[in-house]
Amino acid sequence: MSSKLIDFVHVSKAYGMQTVLDDLNLYIRENEFLTLLGPSGCGKTTTLRILGGFETPDTGKVIFDGKDITNLPPNKRQLNTVFQKYALFTHMTIAENIAFGLKIKNKSRQYIHDKIKYALKLVNLDGYENRMPDSLSGGQQQRIAIARAIVNEPKVLLLDEPLGALDLKLRQDMQYELIRLKNELGITFIYVTHDQEEALTMSDTIVVMNQGYIQQIGTPEKIYNEPENAFVADFIGESNIISATMVKDRLVKILGVPFPCVDEGFGQNTPVDVVIRPEDIDLLKPGEGSIDGVVTHLIFKGVHYEMEVMANNYEWLVHSTDMFPVGTEVSIHVDPYDIQIMKKPESEDEEAVNIEE
Amino acid sequence: MKSKRLLAGPYLFWSVSFVVIPLLVIVYYAFTNDEGGFTFSNLAQITTAENLKALGLSILLSLVSTVVCLLLAYPLAMILSQNNVSQTSFIVLIFILPMWMNFLLRTMAWQTLLEKNGVINSILEFLHLPALEIINTPAAIILGMVYNFLPFMVLPIYNVLVKIDPNVLNAARDLGANSVQTFLKVTLPLSIPGVISGITMVFVPALTTFVISDLLGGGKILLIGNVIEQSFKQNSNWHVGSGLSLVLMVFIIASMAMVAKYDKEDGGAAF
Repeated sequence: MSSKLIDFVHVSKAYGMQTVLDDLNLYIRENEFLTLLGPSGCGKTTTLRILGGFETPDTGKVIFDGKDITNLPPNKRQLNTVFQKYALFTHMTIAENIAFGLKIKNKSRQYIHDKIKYALKLVNLDGYENRMPDSLSGGQQQRIAIARAIVNEPKVLLLDEPLGALDLKLRQDMQYELIRLKNELGITFIYVTHDQEEALTMSDTIVVMNQGYIQQIGTPEKIYNEPENAFVADFIGESNIISATMVKDRLVKILGVPFPCVDEGFGQNTPVDVVIRPEDIDLLKPGEGSIDGVVTHLIFKGVHYEMEVMANNYEWLVHSTDMFPVGTEVSIHVDPYDIQIMKKPESEDEEAVNIEE
Repeated sequence: MKSKRLLAGPYLFWSVSFVVIPLLVIVYYAFTNDEGGFTFSNLAQITTAENLKALGLSILLSLVSTVVCLLLAYPLAMILSQNNVSQTSFIVLIFILPMWMNFLLRTMAWQTLLEKNGVINSILEFLHLPALEIINTPAAIILGMVYNFLPFMVLPIYNVLVKIDPNVLNAARDLGANSVQTFLKVTLPLSIPGVISGITMVFVPALTTFVISDLLGGGKILLIGNVIEQSFKQNSNWHVGSGLSLVLMVFIIASMAMVAKYDKEDGGAAF
């Protein structure tokens, strides 16, 4: 990956008494597919709107391509936005919608005509030039909104929950379509969503946000396998998050039982949180694993069975392709590298971002 | 289905007895003379110099009033549609409040204000400024029309403006349009249905009014409404009055049809 294209420096924003962004620092590289992921109200959309020029930060600045663009109006920025619910111009045809930005820039008729053809082909909607936006389905409208943005050849495309209004099947198709578009165009995509599956599928980098703070920045694999705190672990996928004690390097005591692990450097007898993904738990015959327990719930989920196992006063969530009926006595085994150790939150700020159960 | 149709009964009775039958009566009077014989002469009354002048002046004054209303109402509707909720309802209240007062009273109030020795001139005199002499002129009638009909222009425009998704305007800005271009290319075209409703709701009552011209024109300025009123009341000639009414009605229907041709949307959002 190449150099920094966008840099948020100490950006804060509050609406009245409510702080939406608190001292946000984030840089985005060229050609990156970066996703801002978090629950509603976490500040992800505000971050995007500040970048688009629709909000001004209270403090801090935004650097774009080496220049300070904090106070630049939206029409002067070299980026384009795909809005939630499309925001097409309903009084114009599809061709006029796509041509909007180009006409403002006084491009030639031939250039505009070619660009419309190219853009419609790119989003698989050839021949829709003279249709009106209202006559298109939600998925088609969204693709027109993307076409309208990319004909302007922005360096960065901002996407604000663009798939939120679509149904599941269409959403999955559009995810692949967006990855293809990003690769064909070779530009930076900044994507806002609250859907962790979307984020994991498409992103090069995920920024997990909550209550105005960045919780973790990393690749999808890193975010999923090595969450830095309980919030990230809980928000991305399902997990068992358990209070534990780091006895020494490579040994953690979970619910009173010592488990070998691969983490080092937490000190001796330090309280920590451990996260164990449900699919990383192996169920063995009683006595063969680390903790014995009884299956209390069993649900068939299609790809796997979801079970709850009561062991040492904790309900372990387990995903397995093997079925164990309710009441079966089992033993829990976890491989050392499947145990992720996270430090306990220290400050009150960090406490505030903990998951509310 | 049948029982539901019965619910339309009272309305049907109402519209037949108070809309359809009176209209037919007017048509009957318009095409007959005192002896009950068929004639076009009542309709032809519109071509007399005096009546043509009244019609022309009516059209002119109501057009001017409509334009003034539009110029005043559009910016106001834009401000109202952009402000946050608590402020908006207060401004709307301030603005609507006079509308809850009797129409005649409001117009008579203007008469008192504008009179030669009225409130405004007393204040001007006190300040040693030249007196305002617009009572009994077309200007006073336009003032009265604008004052009375302005809300009917503001509300439909406001209604369409608040329904425009702010992100549509953001999208225009995002695509490179400055605020003037955004207004001309997006806001204005999207608000046209409201503008057309507003024009209809101001132009028609302004064209037919006789109270405003009576009170603020001092009886010296005859609009078509006054001519029709006089033929019914002073001349007791129902035939001529009906004939002129019918001509005016056809004129209004024709002009509305013309306006509607430009209104591709389904009838605007007013009321």
